[in-house]
Amino acid sequence: MITVVRSGPLTTVQDLGRPGYAHLGVPRSGALDQVALRRANALVGNPVAAAGLETTLMGCALRFERAARVAVTGAIARVRIDREAVDGEVFDVPAGAVLDIGRATRGVRSYLAVAGGIDVEPVLGSRSTDTLSGLGPAKLSDGLTLPIGQVTGEPATIAGAGQAVDELLLGVRPGPRDDWFAAGELFGTAYTVSPVSNRVGCRLAGSALTRTRAGELPSEGVVLGAVQVPADGQPLIFLADHPTTGGYPVIGVVDDVTPLAQARPGSTVRFRALD
Amino acid sequence: MRIRSAGASALLIECRDGERVEAWRAELWRRRESGQLSVVDIVPGARTVLLDGVAPGTAALIAEWPEPDVLQRQAQRLVEIPTTFDGEDLPDVAAHWGVTEAEAVRRLVETELQVAFGGFAPGFAYLRGLPEAWSVPRLAAPRPRVPAGAVGLAGPYAGIYPTASPGGWRLVGHTGQELFDVRAEPPALLTPGTRVRLVPA
Repeated sequence: MITVVRSGPLTTVQDLGRPGYAHLGVPRSGALDQVALRRANALVGNPVAAAGLETTLMGCALRFERAARVAVTGAIARVRIDREAVDGEVFDVPAGAVLDIGRATRGVRSYLAVAGGIDVEPVLGSRSTDTLSGLGPAKLSDGLTLPIGQVTGEPATIAGAGQAVDELLLGVRPGPRDDWFAAGELFGTAYTVSPVSNRVGCRLAGSALTRTRAGELPSEGVVLGAVQVPADGQPLIFLADHPTTGGYPVIGVVDDVTPLAQARPGSTVRFRALD
Repeated sequence: MRIRSAGASALLIECRDGERVEAWRAELWRRRESGQLSVVDIVPGARTVLLDGVAPGTAALIAEWPEPDVLQRQAQRLVEIPTTFDGEDLPDVAAHWGVTEAEAVRRLVETELQVAFGGFAPGFAYLRGLPEAWSVPRLAAPRPRVPAGAVGLAGPYAGIYPTASPGGWRLVGHTGQELFDVRAEPPALLTPGTRVRLVPA
């Protein structure tokens, strides 16, 4: 069992999410930086679907009742065990010790995997906290306790994501509603990641995209990475907790949203066309 | 019917109207069950069906399938929702329709609805079946909190709030019926294609 000593502004339990229920209005949810979570799980010998913790900008601190092997990946942050700074990604935390993940100095979200996984009750096949619908466990709060599952596998190493950068170039496949906009408009300019971005979507600020077609789009299903253009013309890229249907046209779909999980407010985003 | 791409692994099938959306949704669901189609999510919309999580080549596969027939509604499952017609906006809705409140309730009770698509919240269903001419605008300012079970109208759709949330639908009544239960399979009572009747509680 672990006890939350300092929850940070938004630390949630995350695994690979709950795809397959979108027709019932259930968002996919799951870790925003799945590459980082997968790596953390591998490093402590967990199965790929094990749940870990996802922090947001300010990290978190946890007291471990029993000795445990943990891995911390994703955003770069100082890790301390009982106030002692430690290096690397994999740590053996002694019984009773406090593990503190500090403020992210690069990237946004750190991932903590514990050997055995965070063993809260799954909801619709996933332990992920869905910040849009409220499904899954509540976000971490000070004093909360989290159960740890049985240790099963042997540690392994898999590739991590590239380091977080301040300038992102994202590959986009145009459509399904690119014909609602002037051709190529998305690719001409740079956008800035807005501070109101969250797990639902990465909001961008920059030159407004202009519609070449009037009227309202009847609501339709949307996918992870969809670049939705609301009435104000400022694009919004859907992340894991995105709604399952929407009524604004999607100009294109980002092929890999992983870098956006680590994009700090103020970062620059450019798009390049794929296909 | 036209097939558009939505990224590398999703397709959006455009249909002429809601009935054809339902026909395609049911057909694609059937083909998935029988192993002819590999897809993670089949998500109907107002005029589209999204196939999310498909293999390359799926668009060419679907293009060869014949347009499915519009379904006989009677074959679909029917759910009755016991409803108390005491919504705050019932007088407004009656005024929009130019009828008495009693007549507005009669219309709502006598119209057979059908789940067109979901979204907004887990278990929320956009119910079609009311004539276009009875469309009502959303509230100019959404209510900060609409209670779970509230039955409302917006545009051509009816809907029932599965959980308390902000909302701009015009409320005509409420039900005590539970709409979403994570322990049930499927977790939503109102799945796409389900026929729905509002019956006086």
